[in-house]
Order: sequence, then structure tokens, then C-alpha cells
Amino acid sequence: MSTTANKDQRALLPGHHMVLGETDKLRLDSGVEFGPFTLAYQTYGELNADKTNAILVCHALTGDQYVADDVHPITGKEGWWCEIVGPGKIIDTNKYFVICSNVIGGCLGSTGPKDTNPETGKPWGLDFPVITIADMVRAQTMLIDALGIDSLFAVIGGSMGGMQVLEWCKSYPERVFAAAPIATSFRHSAQNIAFHEVGRQAVMADPDWCGGNYLLEGKKPARGLAVARMTAHITYLSQPALHRKFGRKLQNRGAITYSFDHDFQVESYLRHQGKSFVDRFDANSYLYITRAMDYFDLSLEYDGRLADAFTGCKTRFCIISFSSDWCFTTAESRLLAHALNAASCNVSCVEIESDKGHDAFLLDEPDFHMVLSGFIEGAAQGRGLN
Amino acid sequence: MHNDRIRVDLQLIADMVEPGTRVLDIGCSDGELLGYLTRTKNVDGRGLELSNEGVRNCVAQGLPVMQGDADRDLGDYPDGAFDYAILSQTLQATHRPKEVLSELLRIGNKAIVSFPNFGHWRARFDLMFRGRMPQNPNLPIMWYETPNIHFCTVRDFVAMCDEMGVRIERSMVLNESGSKVSSDGHSRFANFFGNQALFMLSK
Repeated sequence: MSTTANKDQRALLPGHHMVLGETDKLRLDSGVEFGPFTLAYQTYGELNADKTNAILVCHALTGDQYVADDVHPITGKEGWWCEIVGPGKIIDTNKYFVICSNVIGGCLGSTGPKDTNPETGKPWGLDFPVITIADMVRAQTMLIDALGIDSLFAVIGGSMGGMQVLEWCKSYPERVFAAAPIATSFRHSAQNIAFHEVGRQAVMADPDWCGGNYLLEGKKPARGLAVARMTAHITYLSQPALHRKFGRKLQNRGAITYSFDHDFQVESYLRHQGKSFVDRFDANSYLYITRAMDYFDLSLEYDGRLADAFTGCKTRFCIISFSSDWCFTTAESRLLAHALNAASCNVSCVEIESDKGHDAFLLDEPDFHMVLSGFIEGAAQGRGLN
Repeated sequence: MHNDRIRVDLQLIADMVEPGTRVLDIGCSDGELLGYLTRTKNVDGRGLELSNEGVRNCVAQGLPVMQGDADRDLGDYPDGAFDYAILSQTLQATHRPKEVLSELLRIGNKAIVSFPNFGHWRARFDLMFRGRMPQNPNLPIMWYETPNIHFCTVRDFVAMCDEMGVRIERSMVLNESGSKVSSDGHSRFANFFGNQALFMLSK
């Protein structure tokens, strides 16, 4: 399904693109046999001769493959995890070969709903098959296979990235030496599904969404997607963090205006977040990826006995949560850790004190960095990489 | 990096552990014993620690440790998951020492337990002549602030083991600085002169 239009779009994005599933298609959880499809990915550092130093970094809902680029091709800012990934950093690209791919269903180069459906010659829109976290990971395994890597030294990711980490460990334990699921859970909670549904309804309520066919109609559901992002963004912060940053401060004015203008700084900030998001994200991708997270529940196929998902798993785990994260709470992380204990797995579980909410995993949090760094170092020793 | 000298009482525990075994260190603090066992005895070690700071420090050293509580969080571990379950200087701070001890022996084939001895002569002296709760370098915290809520003497502990049908494989008592005073934790001598007691138990 690499039509000329899709190729042209991708040619504008720097980095690698691999066409996969040409002969053996990707079997999706929904039963659809999908392919060929493209995964866009970035790599940093060099793969060693034994191919034992590869780290797969999995991105979150609105993240992408540009994890450690100095300049993001669309936002112009630095990559989303430059705090952690880079030469001499915690995930040291002088030492490790780091791979990060845009998830299938995404909108930064990997095949997703904004691409052209080869059967119709039109953008997929809502005809794109529903994707799950397991589908994302299955697609990643095809990429890792194509790169000639049998076993990954580590799979690391936060939030939805952490879900992929856990899916890797459940489905391909022999291919993952160490795993760091961060600010995540083995299942999406009712509260998280609820917030996602608010976001999706905001997109769908925008008349410019056009039943998902906005690309054909030459429109963009920018207002709906911006509202979705604004809502979601609140859930990524915490009450204390919001208060510290904004309080009740007014935006460039001395007094309230008795209007619905953005009097408060927090309103202005959220509007900005929403507006800048729509420039870099596709609305239908947002629907598909939020859905993938909602459907995620690792315990489902084991009648709720999560431990059974990890029977015999030799991977070392380091589960990290943040005290003020109310999307993915420490309580959920502890359930996961207890299940891994029950499966006799090698597991560390740490809560980092932070008032920065769910987003803390993306920010400068020295305790978090110390823990992750120690875990990776220890695992590297275990793998004979030091 | 490590000169591999650890606290004397921890060294005595480490000496009880066979190389290459599976060890759960409950209340592992900053990982001194767990790290030592991992480095020098090649054990497959795990830790459980109440304080977030302790957990952070352990994981930052590459030790697999999770935040948890001896009273609450032992239930998830499968039967016989470890060769040794170690509980060092923590039993007296648990809410249900007896249940904790039986959990140790469910999870581990052997349990190694150390605790401060309330039967030590100085504790007896403090109570008898000063009329005050004992305070000494091993029990430095005032009664109203101490996390130690279930004190016992060596003989109390032995009686509990008898009642539970637990076999005492080895026992010893240590002085203030953690050096061995007697290799027989059962005796009246031990209960009088031992500052801390160290037991290896099995079912």
C-alpha cells in the first residue's frame, strides 16, 4: 500500500522507513490480515557485532520515533526523551543501539488512517482496521526481525510505551533481557477509558471531522482534536503542578474581562497545547491509538490471573511509577509487581516522589533517572555488556 | 568500587548462605547484605523494603528490590520460591511476627531471622533498677517513637518456634557491635549476654 502519495508524504520526514508484511502479512487481533505496511523508525548508536546491545524505546500516545533527535522535523523542538536518550546519557547511545519506531496506526510515517487505502485510492479514514497494543508490538517484532536482531537488551517505555513493554514481555519473553515499564499499567483503567472517550467524542463532534473523511473533504477537525488534547493534557499533570505553574494568574491583563476570553494563564496554556497538537497529529490516528490503549488488558486472556501472563519469563523488570500520577497510579504498578512476584520473575518496583503527575517520566526527575540508570547498568552487567 | 566489608552482624548472616542460591531479603534497607551476597556468593537475590528511599538506592545499584511490607506483601510469593528468606532486625517491627515467620518458612526453604534481645542484662537492668524502657545503641529510639512494637527475648523466640513446630537449625547471639558471643542461642547465658540473636530456621 505504498502509493505514490504516501511515499511523497514520507519523503518529507527524515529517518528510516521499512516496508513490512509484503509476503507474511501482519495478523491483527481483529482478525484482519494487514499488509504490506510501513514502519517509520529512528536508530541511534551502533549495533554491536553480537547484536546484544539493542534497546527498543516505545513511545507514548502522542509520541513518535524522534526520541533523541536534536530537532524534531515538525515541532522544531528536541526529541521527546532527550533527557534520557543520547550520547553519555542514561540510555547511552555511545554504548547501546537504540531503536524507536512510530506505532502502526500513527501519523508520523508509519502506516495509519491518513494513508491511502490501496483498494480505494482514498485515505483509509475509519476503514483503517482497529489496532491493539499487541498489534503494535507484532509490527515491531517484524521490524526487529528485519534488522536481524534476535534478542533485545532492553525494551523501555512510558505510558502507552510501557504497555508495549509489557506486551513484549508477555508475548516474546525470550526476546527481552530487561524491561522498564514506566508510568503504565497492565490494563487501562475505567477512568482512563472515560477520558479517552471524552477526547474521541470531542473529535467526532467537530463538523470538520466529516465522519472521519476530513482528508477527502479537504478539512481538518482542528477544534475537536484541540479539545481532546486539552482534556488529556490536564490528566497528565497534577493539581499541585498546575497550581504551582499557573495558580490563578491572569494572562497579560491586570483584571478579569467579564468575557470568555482566556483570562487565566492556565486557559491560555491549554489553548496553546491544543493548537500546537493539531499541527503535528492526525485526528483519526488519535481515535485509533486511544482505542488501542482502552482495549489493553494483559490479564484478560488469563481470566484475570495476571501472573499467568508471565509464567517462566526470565526478563528482569523495573517498574517505575510516580506518586502524583493519577492516570497510572502506584497502586496499579504494585498489582503488576505482585503478579510478577507470584510468577517468580525478577522484578524491581519503585515509586518516585514527584508532584508533576503522569508527565513526570518525560521531565527532569533526578530520582527517576538514578533508578533507571542503576537498573540499566545492572542489567548490562548481567548481559555482559560492560 | 566495593571493599566488600559489611556490618559484622550482616556478615554472620551472609556466612549462613550457600553460594548460588535464591535469596529474598525482607527489609533489605539500602541493600548492603543483598549487594554483598550478589557480588560475592553469586546468589539470585531479591529484596523487599518499606522505605522508598531504600528501594531507590537498591535499584540504583542494580539490585532487584520492590517496595513492600513484611506484614502485607509476602503473600504473593509462591511456596518455596527461595532457598533463604532473610529477615534482619525487622521481626520486632512487624504487626504479626508469628504470621510473618510462617510466611518466611513458606516462601523460603530456610528462614534466617535476627532481632534485638530484650532479655539482655542491660535491658533487664534498665527495667529493674531505672524503671525505664531500655535504651542502648541497638535500641536507640524512645518508646513513643520506636517502630519496634513486638519485642521479645531469645527464650520467647525459642518458645514461639517450639509452639510452631519450627526447627532451629542454627542459633547464635551477638554483642553490641554484632560480633558473636555464643553459638548456642538456646542457653540462659545467651539470653542474658546476647544483645542480638540470629537464628536459622526450617520447617
